[in-house]
Amino acid sequence: MHTKSVAQLAKGLRERQFSSAEVTRTYLDRINALDGQYNSFITVDESAALAAAEAADERLANGTAYALTGIPIAHKDIFCTDGVRTSCGSRMLDNFVPPYDATVVERFKSAGAVLLGKTNMDEFAMGSSNESSFYGPARNPWNTDLVPGGSSGGSAAAVAGLLAPAATGTDTGGSIRQPAAFCGITGLKPTYGRVSRLGIVAFASSLDQAGPMAHSAEDCALLLNAMAGHDPLDSTSATVATQDYCATLSDSLDGLRIGLPKEYFGEGLDATTGECINTALKELEEQGAKLVEMSLPHSSLTVPTYYVIAPAEASTNLARFDGVRYGYRCENPADLHDLYSRTRQEGFGEEVKRRILVGTYALSAGYYDAYYKKAQQVRRLIKQDFMHCFEQVDIIAGPTTPGPAFALGAKSNDPVAMYLEDVYTLAVNLAGLPGLSLPAGFVEGKPVGLQLIGQHFGEALLLNVAHRFQQATDWHLRTPGSATEGTL
Amino acid sequence: MQWETVIGLEVHLQLATQSKIFSGSATTFGAEPNTQASAVDLAMPGMLPVLNAQAVHHAIKFGIGIGAQISKHSVFDRKNYFYPDLPKGYQISQFETPIIGKGSFEILMEDGSSRTIGITRAHLEEDAGKSLHEDFINYTGIDLNRAGTPLLEIVSEPDIRSAAEAVAYLKALHSLVTYLGISDGNMAEGSMRCDVNISLRPSGSTLLGTRTEIKNVNSFRFVEKAIHHEFQRQAEILEEGGTITQETRLYDADLDETRSMRSKEVANDYRYFPEPDLLPVVVDDAYIESIRKSLPELPDGKRTRFMTQYGLGPYDANVLSGSKPLADYFEAVAEQCGDAKIASNWVQVELLGQLNRVGSSIEECPVSAIALGSLIRRILDNTISGKMAKQVFESMWAGEGDADEIIEAHGLLQVSDTGAIEAIVDDVLSANAAQVQQYLNADEAKRKKLVGFFVGQVMKLSKGQANPQVVNELLAKKLTHNEAE
Repeated sequence: MHTKSVAQLAKGLRERQFSSAEVTRTYLDRINALDGQYNSFITVDESAALAAAEAADERLANGTAYALTGIPIAHKDIFCTDGVRTSCGSRMLDNFVPPYDATVVERFKSAGAVLLGKTNMDEFAMGSSNESSFYGPARNPWNTDLVPGGSSGGSAAAVAGLLAPAATGTDTGGSIRQPAAFCGITGLKPTYGRVSRLGIVAFASSLDQAGPMAHSAEDCALLLNAMAGHDPLDSTSATVATQDYCATLSDSLDGLRIGLPKEYFGEGLDATTGECINTALKELEEQGAKLVEMSLPHSSLTVPTYYVIAPAEASTNLARFDGVRYGYRCENPADLHDLYSRTRQEGFGEEVKRRILVGTYALSAGYYDAYYKKAQQVRRLIKQDFMHCFEQVDIIAGPTTPGPAFALGAKSNDPVAMYLEDVYTLAVNLAGLPGLSLPAGFVEGKPVGLQLIGQHFGEALLLNVAHRFQQATDWHLRTPGSATEGTL
Repeated sequence: MQWETVIGLEVHLQLATQSKIFSGSATTFGAEPNTQASAVDLAMPGMLPVLNAQAVHHAIKFGIGIGAQISKHSVFDRKNYFYPDLPKGYQISQFETPIIGKGSFEILMEDGSSRTIGITRAHLEEDAGKSLHEDFINYTGIDLNRAGTPLLEIVSEPDIRSAAEAVAYLKALHSLVTYLGISDGNMAEGSMRCDVNISLRPSGSTLLGTRTEIKNVNSFRFVEKAIHHEFQRQAEILEEGGTITQETRLYDADLDETRSMRSKEVANDYRYFPEPDLLPVVVDDAYIESIRKSLPELPDGKRTRFMTQYGLGPYDANVLSGSKPLADYFEAVAEQCGDAKIASNWVQVELLGQLNRVGSSIEECPVSAIALGSLIRRILDNTISGKMAKQVFESMWAGEGDADEIIEAHGLLQVSDTGAIEAIVDDVLSANAAQVQQYLNADEAKRKKLVGFFVGQVMKLSKGQANPQVVNELLAKKLTHNEAE
């Protein structure tokens, strides 16, 4: 049961081969038995999940089921869930129970999905290893000494460890794609504005985007069908029409032009990872795609640009956590200043505080022009690079990360080394483009991710290419030993 | 030394919208604390602002009203600072690209002179909540009902030169925004709040002195007093050779003084940057034109029309066009009675006088314009005297009915019948034979006095109903006749 894809589960449920209650029970049992080693969930509400599963079974029985009715899923703990604690991986929101659902959560409910629980993450989505979580790091099911990536590390670990058939994530600079790559699953960051941000605890408003994480591109397409669409309550959500992302999955790749930016294959890329990527690209070539070498000349400016803009927006997005209305409040504040400073000092972790300080500095009088304004100008150049490339190619491909998952603690004291983890993913967020990571091989038993970058609102093509690749390969079907050994 | 005052005003105008500028919460004044605060207003995690189109519409109306440049592309910014009644830790405002650019309008002073005051800009922003320091021991209460209320901040050029001009500017602004229907202009409820920037310079100088900003002065009278006070304070410092500290000051109406709130050295760095949760506000010519076409007649236009159409002087025209309800009232009275000048006098003297005495507004006036117009018509057709009309007006105010009913009920009908009045005149003259004799022997001045006495006696006997003109004519005739005998 737990090795089935979302598509297979949906078919089995519709055909009454098994019930949602059985599927849900299976995953809950697996979480109970195995999550001690992964720490992928922060909150699991068994009774609510089972109640939702029973309601789904009624719908399945009386023929009123929707696309995802009865499918268990997990939400990253950044999505507000009505009545279910939403911590964002932080002590600051350890006690926060929202009285509303994020639009994404609401859409999954409407599609009939069953919420298993809320997954672990880097605090306020700031991190690339899941080590900044207040609830301790999640671990990589392929090797629990390794990080699962971040910030959506819990979602990636839960899917890779077969504790959930699919999960949601958010991606501000690679937070869906990098953990998907590290954990050997498929993750899609849609075009900025494709999925509503309402009810997602904000990190960097102009970069944040939610997306699906699952084993296959087909499952991601099913999930995106539920998630995507305009939300009048998110002014930045796009009015561009959505499509059935499953409809074009099997289209031919004949004549597809794939751009390979030389900057993504140069210095800094682990050699074995590079070989995996090249092998994967050959497979696409065999299916009729043309590989075109190209350049994204401003790539070297991506990391510094991102690390001005994202912290700047974060520094003000996180100002609301002041101990006044909800969330953590320090004990016995002496006065207002004490309330603010101790609440934030005690409620936020180190990485969050580091970024608030960086962002505050970048926006300060006298520095704004040199940092934030300049970064926004460079951001436009980075976006232009992509636009120029897309005049000649249909999609862009390369490695998702410079190398495979690293050991816990290996980079936690070196912020810059950690930031460089996202060197291939950040530009996609800065340009607002869709990006997808899919399993493309292994380096010493550690998964490698191939990144596909599309044009604005080109999610269907990315899913199509990934699906065709997955029809010809089985990297996405491999499961880690830690998840399949034993009786469960 | 002679000092010239240089004043610029920043007015925070609450826009009359059904809901808040970035959320669906109601904006009704006076609700129980925090009953009009949604998850957006509370800055709950994940909540996002959605711009209220009506606020944009109102702002553009204002821009057109002052002949300003309307930005077709304006941007919201975050103004960052921590305060408990500012839930997000930033205020959404407009910094670099306000929706309304440069404009101006004319103010008219009591002496009939007029001045043009420049408007630097007007931008949209959200209001903060309120901190409630009373009622809570060791705590501060927070009421977020007001948080997110749409404001238009209107910044004037430093074109104002006196407290009187400042008040005239505010009154003209108040008149304009209420005409436009973009604000209720209710100052007591904080719908129009004013920050005064003030500096002094030697008369004749064109340089600007160091200014202070007096925050939140919330009535015309307080603006006047605060400016007077701050002028004195700055003048004293400068006379003694001191320098003015650039700072924010607070006007205390109880003590009639301003005192320092904070100086600019410790001023906040607001870290403005474009609000990433909102798209730029983009408006096109067609939209601006459609608003322009929907505008009502504005105070300036109405004032000019009152002068040409009704022949009123500039002062009367200015008073009567000051608010739309008053202007409408005056026009209805004028139409009903057919004499705009008398209508103007009655509305300004009797009606506004009475309203001021009882402290109510024209909207609450118990005497309708039609009723007042009908009363004036009874003066014009000699049914009653002007003096009696005032008495009738008081009865109308008390709700005793319309003019004709009251005249009838009180028996106030003016007697113009020559026969009836002649009988009374004869009675008076024969009853006061001594005075008649005196009259006959008296000089012009003394005679005038005695005529007054006779008229008084006649009016007394007729219980005031005799038409004074008829009485005068008859007396003149009779006394001339006596003299001839």
